[in-house]
Formats: sequence, structure tokens, C-alpha cells
Amino acid sequence: MNRLDTLFNSKKKNLLSIFTTAGYPQLSDTLLVVKALQDSGVDFIEVGIPFSDPLADGPIIQESSTVALENGMTLKLLLSQIVEIRKEVALPILLMGYINPVLQYGIENLAKKCSEVGVDGIIIPDLPMREFLEDYQSIFAKYDIKNIFLVTPQTSEERIRFIDEHSSSFIYLVSSSSTTGKKVGIEGAEAYLSRIQKMNLKSPTMVGFNISNKESFESATRFADGAIIGSAFVKAIAGQADVALAAKNFVRAIRA
Amino acid sequence: MNEAAGHSKFSVNERGFYGNYGGAYIPEMLYPNVKELEDNYLRIIGSESFQKEFRSLLKDYVGRPSPLYYAKRLSEKYETKIYLKREDLNHTGAHKINNTVGQILLAKELGKTRIIAETGAGQHGVATATVCALMGLECVVYMGAIDVVRQEPNVKRMLMLGATVIPAESGSKTLKDATNEAIRDWINNPVDTHYIIGSVVGPHPYPDLVARLQSVISEEILWQMMEKEGRDYPDAIIACVGGGSNAAGAFYHYLDNPKVELIAIEAAGLGVDTGETAATTKIGKPGVIHSSKTLLMQTEDGQIVEPYSISAGLDYPGIGPIHAHLFESGRGVFEAVTDEEAMQAGFEFCRLEGIIPAIETAHALAYLKKRKFGADQVVVINLSGRGDKDLATYIKWFEKQ
Ligand SMILES: Cc1ncc(COP(=O)(O)O)c(C=O)c1O
Repeated sequence: MNRLDTLFNSKKKNLLSIFTTAGYPQLSDTLLVVKALQDSGVDFIEVGIPFSDPLADGPIIQESSTVALENGMTLKLLLSQIVEIRKEVALPILLMGYINPVLQYGIENLAKKCSEVGVDGIIIPDLPMREFLEDYQSIFAKYDIKNIFLVTPQTSEERIRFIDEHSSSFIYLVSSSSTTGKKVGIEGAEAYLSRIQKMNLKSPTMVGFNISNKESFESATRFADGAIIGSAFVKAIAGQADVALAAKNFVRAIRA
Repeated sequence: MNEAAGHSKFSVNERGFYGNYGGAYIPEMLYPNVKELEDNYLRIIGSESFQKEFRSLLKDYVGRPSPLYYAKRLSEKYETKIYLKREDLNHTGAHKINNTVGQILLAKELGKTRIIAETGAGQHGVATATVCALMGLECVVYMGAIDVVRQEPNVKRMLMLGATVIPAESGSKTLKDATNEAIRDWINNPVDTHYIIGSVVGPHPYPDLVARLQSVISEEILWQMMEKEGRDYPDAIIACVGGGSNAAGAFYHYLDNPKVELIAIEAAGLGVDTGETAATTKIGKPGVIHSSKTLLMQTEDGQIVEPYSISAGLDYPGIGPIHAHLFESGRGVFEAVTDEEAMQAGFEFCRLEGIIPAIETAHALAYLKKRKFGADQVVVINLSGRGDKDLATYIKWFEKQ
């Protein structure tokens, strides 16, 4: 069974997911970071596929992508790192990245490989729903890989319903209309998040973007099943000699 | 205005694709912005009030129609009949203003109060700053940090016109990165801002919107050719391609006329095989750049490769999806011209015709050396812009020689 399904079937409160860029800060840090996150009680992990032109990202994740690419990270290499990670990590793992590297790898190839190495889902922000539904949904279903859709404060109720209907796992609630790490905290998002909460969607929800500390994590999880931290975490491990320790300290402060 | 071309097999389909290329590969954060545009652009630009204001500004503000000039000495030299479509004579010195005049009217109609744009050579930035001044709207232009240096006169012009110029410091610090920054700005300002994209690139409906606004170029060539040659078409049209808006405008009304050869010239930089190039159709593969599926220069891993050209306006690792389709279908002829060939052609053209061309445009002119046309053939070269902005680059180049 897909590990995301297992997770959302068994636990529905205060889920914490952490985003980390593959091959950052050092090429071989992916394993160290993911393992430290598991040890510190994170519920699932998103591993970023670095891209040269990350349109939806702010400076922190852009910079981590650039460093990771300079370190020599590629999608192929990441998938082989996941094989090693899976020997020690049982948590659900998602890949998050932009469409172009995925297209070059081949969508079907990637879905197949993900199921082989133990990736549970993919988030591709610039894969439009229409293309997904028409061209890729059946491929993802065949390999039991979850495709995660995003919703923003600007998304209409009708479209949210449509997305909910076609989601096979959680919906990613983007806390504000912004690139990643644009603001600190999710102030101002409460009305939007509570509006969505009242819609009683069938899919679980996770809030992401601008969640940076215990306070914003707790305010986000009042409205959703959990929250995702990206930029703040990447910043916390930037330039750290002991990334595992930095990762653990970061999570401890959130869960304290 | 575009009735005939509306049914062209080279126009965009209802899903936003030209053949295999196009679409809108946008993150959800951009969905409402792009959807609003998609739902409204045809209605607005087709409306009588829009057309009236657009046509009137093109005539009295831009100075259209731009002349179709018979270039006698150039024709003698290359032993064929060459006409120049004088987009360089437009207000602000390039074809770019055709698009910005149209888009600013569209933005106003959509109730937007803030305008953003990307620019490479600075021509689109200047054309955007100009129409923003004209309409009293706030204007922010993103420009690659390298281009800020090599096109300095245009930076000064934008500032003079009241725009804010923000250097893009990421990636290759050129047009690609300026476009990334403009898109990020749009994500962060989804309600009040219109993004005036400067070429036939970006998510649907931009390529179609910009092509329609630029199609005034070939609309005029139709009747100007009739006046001068007694038939409404030339044998060939040559235009340079960065993203491809001046080419799309010059080709537009001839897409379905097989008698007209459509020739698109890309920048080879130091040479197609040197790794220092912007010749997308030569070394690019299908992929997604700036939310559009098209040909682009990329690594095996799908990372976008940093392009190189002496010309800031052609220094782009992709091409508009319409051009990817013209290339793949064989409707267009795609050639690449090096820095050296373009600079020589630009210099020769100054001395033959008394016109200093933009370095972008000089790439189109250089094709004359690569291809022999017949003595009675009629060739139109789209003179996309003037070279005032490039004086420093020209002078430095010829000092080195
Ligand atoms: C004079 C001139 N020609 C051509 C171009 C290239 O753009 P496009 O390919 O969209 O016409 C530019 C871009 O800055 C330009 O300034």
C-alpha cells in the first residue's frame, strides 16, 4: 500500500512534512538529512529535484538548487540515492520538482522508477491539471504514485472541488499567493484556510509556503491535517557542517 | 483583423497548442491570472473600442504604417529585389511597441494598475515604460544584470520614462533570468498586476496574443507589396528570432501562403557547436521553458542551458512555440548567424543604406551572404529595430578588429 495512504488513514492531526533540496548542502547529504528527519519524528518528506529555473521559488530554494546542481545532483542520481535512503527510512517520500527535468526523464519512466525505489508521490507545480488528467493520470495510477495538486487563496471554490475530486492523496494548500519563502509566517491566511476547512473536502490537506516556526506550524495545523516547511528548513541547514544535527534541532524547535 | 489567419493550420488551437508546442505549464499560483487573460483577450482585442484606440495609437503615436522601403544599393549588391520593413522607424525604435500599445489597452480594460515586464535588449522594456507613462500606470522592468551593462542607454531611457528597473542577478543574468523574475513578481502580485510579456513566448494565451498584436506588420506588407509590386506577397520574408515576435508578426498573414518562404534567423553566438550559442533549433530539444512547451537548449538532465549571443535580444535558450511548430512542420526555414557574421552585416548595411540596424536585426541581414536569391525575386527583410542602443557594442567590436 502507498505509504501516504497508510499515513493519512492512521493519523490525521499535526502532521509535519519537511522539504529538503536533494544534494544540498553537499551531494551526499540527502541521506543524512532524510534520516535525521525521520529520527526526529517528521511524518513525511519532500525531496526537491533541483532545477536551473525554479519559477515558483524564492531566493532560498533557488540558491539551494543552484548549489545542488553545482554539486552534480541530477534526477537520475537522486533516484539512486533514494534506493540507499529506503534501506533506512520507512516514511513516505515525495519528489517535488519542475516539469522539464521530469519530461526529459520521461513521465512513465519516472513513475515506474519511483514505484521501484519506493517514492510515494510527486509534486510538479508546473504540470497543469488538464495535461495531468488527459495524459498522465493513468500512468500515475498504474504505478500507484500520488500526484499532488496545489490550491492557493485565489483558487475558486469550483476549482477546489474539481481538484478534490481528482486528488488521490492530500491537497497542498499554498498559504499565500507567493513564491516560496516570501514571507515569514501565515498571518492573513486564516480566513482562506478556514473557508477551505469548512468545505469538508474528501482529501486530506497540508498547508505549505511561509511556515517557518512553531507558531506558524501550529496556526496552520488548526485548519488542516498538517503543514509543510521548506525554505525555513533549507535555510537552517545551509552551510552546516553537521546537517543531521541542524535538521534535528530544527524539528525539535517545531515540535517542542 | 485576423479573420483569415484565425483559421490557419499554424494558429493556436483551443488548448493553446501549435502542433506539439505551446500550452500553459503554470503553477497553480498563476492559474487565475492566466485564466483571466485567456477568457478575455480575444473578446477585448476583437472589440470595436479596443481596435479603434489601438489603431489610432499605432497611427499617431507609433507612427504607423511603417514604410516598406526598396533598398536599392543593398539590392544591387545582392542582385535581388530587397525591401525593408521599417519597424526601426517606430516610436522607441523597434517593433516591440506594437505589442506594448496593445497590451496596455488590454491591461486597462482588465482593471490592472501595475505593469511588469522583462527585457533583454531593453527595447521591450523601453516600449513598456513608454506606454506606462502614456497611460499613467506603475511600471517595473526586470533586466538581466549583464544586459543592464551592455544595453545601458536603454536602462537610462526606462528610468527617464519613470520605470523601475530591477537587475536580475540569478542564473545567466540575461533575458531568461529576467523572465523568471518577472514571472515570480506576477506570482507575488496576482491581483493588480498585468505582465506585458515581450515576445511570442510564455504560457498560452501570450504567444497568440503577442502574435496577433504584431501581425500589423504583415497586414501592412500585404497592401504595401500590392502597391509596389502589383501582387500582395514577396517570395521570401527574413526576420531574426529571439523569442520570435517580430518574425511572427512579419510571417502572420503569409503562414498559409506556400508561395512565401518564411526565413527565421537565430543567433549562433560564437558558433552552433561551440557551446556559446543561442541557436535553439540547431541544438534544442522539446521541453518546457517559461511555462510553454517548445524547443529549448537543455542538458540531458533537463536543466536549461545558459545561452550566448552578442545580441541581448536574441540571447534566449528557447523560441516561441509557434516557431517550434514552423520548424518541425518544415513551414519555416531556420538558419543561424554568428556574432561575427551579424556584426559585419550590420556594418556593411550602415554604409550601403545609411541605416544603423539593431544587432538583433543585423542577424537577419547577414543571411543575404548565405543564400543567393534570384534577380527577379522579391525579398522582404523585417528591419526589427535601430542600432542606437548598440553603438557601444559596435564601436568596441570594430576597435578590436
Ligand atoms: C530590435 C530587436 N529585434 C529583435 C528582437 C528579438 O525579439 P523577437 O524575436 O521577439 O522579435 C529584439 C528584442 O529585444 C529587438 O530589440
